[in-house]
Amino acid sequence: MFVQRPEARPATVEVFVEGLPVLLPEGASAAAAVLLAGLPAIRETPVKGSPRLPYCMMGICFDCLAEIDGVANRQACMVPVAPGMRIAPQRGARHARLEAEV
Amino acid sequence: MTVTYDTIVVGGGLVGTAIAYGLQKRGLSTLLLDEGDVAHRASRGNFGLVWVQSKGLGAPHYQRWTRGSADAWPGLAAELEGRTGLNLGLHQPGGLHICLSGEEFEQRIAYMERLQREAGNLGLEYRMLDHAETAAMLPGIGPAVVGASWTPYDGHASPLFLMRSLHSAFTEAGGIYRPNAGVSQGKAAPRDFAVEAEGETHRAPRIVLAAGLGNAALAPLFGLETPVRPQRGQILVTERARQLLPIPTTSIRQTDEGSLMIGDSKEEAGFDSVSQTPEIMQSMARRAVLTFPWIAELNIVRAWSALRVMAPDGLPIYDESSRFPGAFTANCHSGVTLAGAHADILAPMIITGALAPDLAPFSARRFHDVRSAA
Amino acid sequence: MRRYDLAIVGAGPAGMAAAVEAASLGVSVLVVDEQLAPGGQVFRSVESAAGDPALAGEFLDAGGALARGFRAALGAGGGIEYSPRTTLWHVDLEAGVISVLRDRRSEEIAASRVLLATGAQERPVPIPGWTLPGVMGAGAAQILLKTAGAVPGGPLVLAGQGPLTWLLAVQLLRAGAGPITMLETGGKGALWDAFRAGGLWTGRRLLTKGVGLVREARRRGLRVVRSVRDLRAEGDGRVQRVRWAGGETACDMLLLHEGVIPTTHVTRALGLEHRWDEGQLCWRPVLDEWGATSHGLVAVAGDGGGIGGWEAAAATGRIAAIDAAWRLGRLPEDEATRRAAPHRQTLAAALALRPFLDRLYAPAPEVLAPSDDATIVCRCEEINAGQVRHAAKLGATGPNQAKAYLRAGMGPCQGRMCGTTVAALIAQERGISIAEAGALRPRAPFKPLTVGEMAGLPAEAE
Repeated sequence: MFVQRPEARPATVEVFVEGLPVLLPEGASAAAAVLLAGLPAIRETPVKGSPRLPYCMMGICFDCLAEIDGVANRQACMVPVAPGMRIAPQRGARHARLEAEV
Repeated sequence: MTVTYDTIVVGGGLVGTAIAYGLQKRGLSTLLLDEGDVAHRASRGNFGLVWVQSKGLGAPHYQRWTRGSADAWPGLAAELEGRTGLNLGLHQPGGLHICLSGEEFEQRIAYMERLQREAGNLGLEYRMLDHAETAAMLPGIGPAVVGASWTPYDGHASPLFLMRSLHSAFTEAGGIYRPNAGVSQGKAAPRDFAVEAEGETHRAPRIVLAAGLGNAALAPLFGLETPVRPQRGQILVTERARQLLPIPTTSIRQTDEGSLMIGDSKEEAGFDSVSQTPEIMQSMARRAVLTFPWIAELNIVRAWSALRVMAPDGLPIYDESSRFPGAFTANCHSGVTLAGAHADILAPMIITGALAPDLAPFSARRFHDVRSAA
Repeated sequence: MRRYDLAIVGAGPAGMAAAVEAASLGVSVLVVDEQLAPGGQVFRSVESAAGDPALAGEFLDAGGALARGFRAALGAGGGIEYSPRTTLWHVDLEAGVISVLRDRRSEEIAASRVLLATGAQERPVPIPGWTLPGVMGAGAAQILLKTAGAVPGGPLVLAGQGPLTWLLAVQLLRAGAGPITMLETGGKGALWDAFRAGGLWTGRRLLTKGVGLVREARRRGLRVVRSVRDLRAEGDGRVQRVRWAGGETACDMLLLHEGVIPTTHVTRALGLEHRWDEGQLCWRPVLDEWGATSHGLVAVAGDGGGIGGWEAAAATGRIAAIDAAWRLGRLPEDEATRRAAPHRQTLAAALALRPFLDRLYAPAPEVLAPSDDATIVCRCEEINAGQVRHAAKLGATGPNQAKAYLRAGMGPCQGRMCGTTVAALIAQERGISIAEAGALRPRAPFKPLTVGEMAGLPAEAE
């Protein structure tokens, strides 16, 4: 649904949204990557499993929670893209990782 | 204009509402007067434990009262769920008190031994668990956990849904709830009480003071005494996570929604319930991470501080006025644990007009006895 | 512990201007900001967007100049420490210590004065279906344009009102987005009512700018439907069409906008005095003419103290910086007054048109308190308007009790999105004003941080 304009803003940073490569301009956010990748949802709510995409893009609404580089529930609109970043939707409540125990 | 009721309950927190509900469902027309949206409201800061171990050392009557309430809880929860359709999230799988050092563990052993001794013929089932036994009950405990005490009586519930369902059930049973109706004045005569709220005079032959910290100023107007002071407690709440903790501990529990609640701080900070101290939050977070290292990666989405209602000896105060029969007061910092007792043990006593003898040790008279003995 | 004379939170127009002014007066300054680069939301990514013709005009010119001035002051070694990607999570008012999070580490920093320049957020527009993927704030789409050069690809509906809707329509059309339908929600007669607010002559420059935008948007083919009511977004799993009283249109995206409101999350959490602004229909901290709040440590500058736009924000930033210098003993009082005078003139000019705009673009009661009970109010906990009304009937007299009853406001956004809507619904149900219903009392941490970060223990290896 969002399209880029490489003539105005060259896309130079490659990230992976659910494994698919997406190129973005420097300074764009992980939430922008998800919108540009065209995912149907960046998260499914932990309450009712409703699909959501980013709403405010400025750190207010927390509807852009996603798993970024393996860390669950990060506010994707506040995380600038970095080369090789892996972004995946947050599906429902996160799993706490017991193996992180040691 | 004057309206007359069978009972007036002052204080719409967990204590007052549980009592009011207990009165109304037994047929007494009850007026519940409450403050507004912003008030001290210890109930909104309740941690949500239905907790037996850790209660009543040196006060066997308190231990019995707590156990009685924990026993009454399943019935109360089922009844409220039936009346309101709200699931209170009650689970009573037993509970653990985690010890993070050999010293804490030794102290706990002595504590539980004494608690059991004082329980007398009521009995107290408990076990001290070492690290491996604790790990078998709780997944993912950290190496810092030396051990824990376990009792089968403990549990937890949602304090907020308890509050809402008590309000709901009280109102649906015909009770009158009036918010924004803080009470500062009243008239007392034996079995005849009047309070002003919202420009109306309310009269009743019984009055129950359950206004938390507000009771300190209110009680003398009705021939009662409640020397309570605020003790600040802070709570950290994480985002929702998949269910991991099958059993609550004294300072960490997982709610039905999936949030991990981290609590158990105690500070003497006057009436300041707004400030939060990073040092206290940090030490709570540290203890949580030492107990469950996997908690470290969860986001804290809320923190809360609230004021516990503490008597000088930390025990509840239940009392009746000898000067103005019909005036009662209830004060405690365990509005969730004791909800069962308040609704179904205390309320019937208030209806009959006198507290049962086993509540006598909770009278504020005990503070005078201590002073005269000293 | 690091120590500064002045800690400024936010690097938008107010924060940047305040930093430059304060440093020029010999005040040591720390600027913490959540973003990667200075600009705030209004001039977000202004440095890296410099080559985008769609953003030509005030954004690149004025925003670029502010950012260059800020960078120059940083480079001059003039006593400004700039800490981007840094989040404020706690302020200890008594000790004068702020807690910030950067690179997953929490740090406490001492400050003799704290200036909150945290700006504005878009007013939430709770219509039925606003949680559907494909519905977002107009400001959000503009941020995508500013930060990524991206624009919506298919048929687009821009619904609501306010100066931003016209600016955004022009920017998106210049960038090749479209077709765009604008559904203007303003009421008939709002214009005549607004004229009575006056200020048109003093604010004629801003007014001319606005008229220019409207003309350009029409020239570029914007379709406009006026006096739209009863908006709803519909679709299966994402927005597919927008309906309103008397019309509907298919779309790929719906952008909503009913103006902006101050971000009062931190100021409310600090227990500072606030008042409900009947003109702007929002809470704002009570400030004196220097931007000082009800607490001696804290000042507020920019839109966080009341909506005025970027020129007013920069002026209030400079005034608050001069006040800080005076309080710190770096300026005598008469000198502070003298220095502030030109900024007060700028401020007055920038605010002249505000009453006109506030009336012209006053959100309908429906925006504040949605009438359809099924409308989601709390997006985090998925609580709808009907549930809030029920809580009000049960006895909730304000948003804090409603939060306890319903969990509305208990999710990760901590009530930033739902607080005012919940209060408005309660006010309507109980027949009281929103001011009487009150505001949520948030607490620290102002933004989520992990238990490990709060514990200050090293983050576990991943």
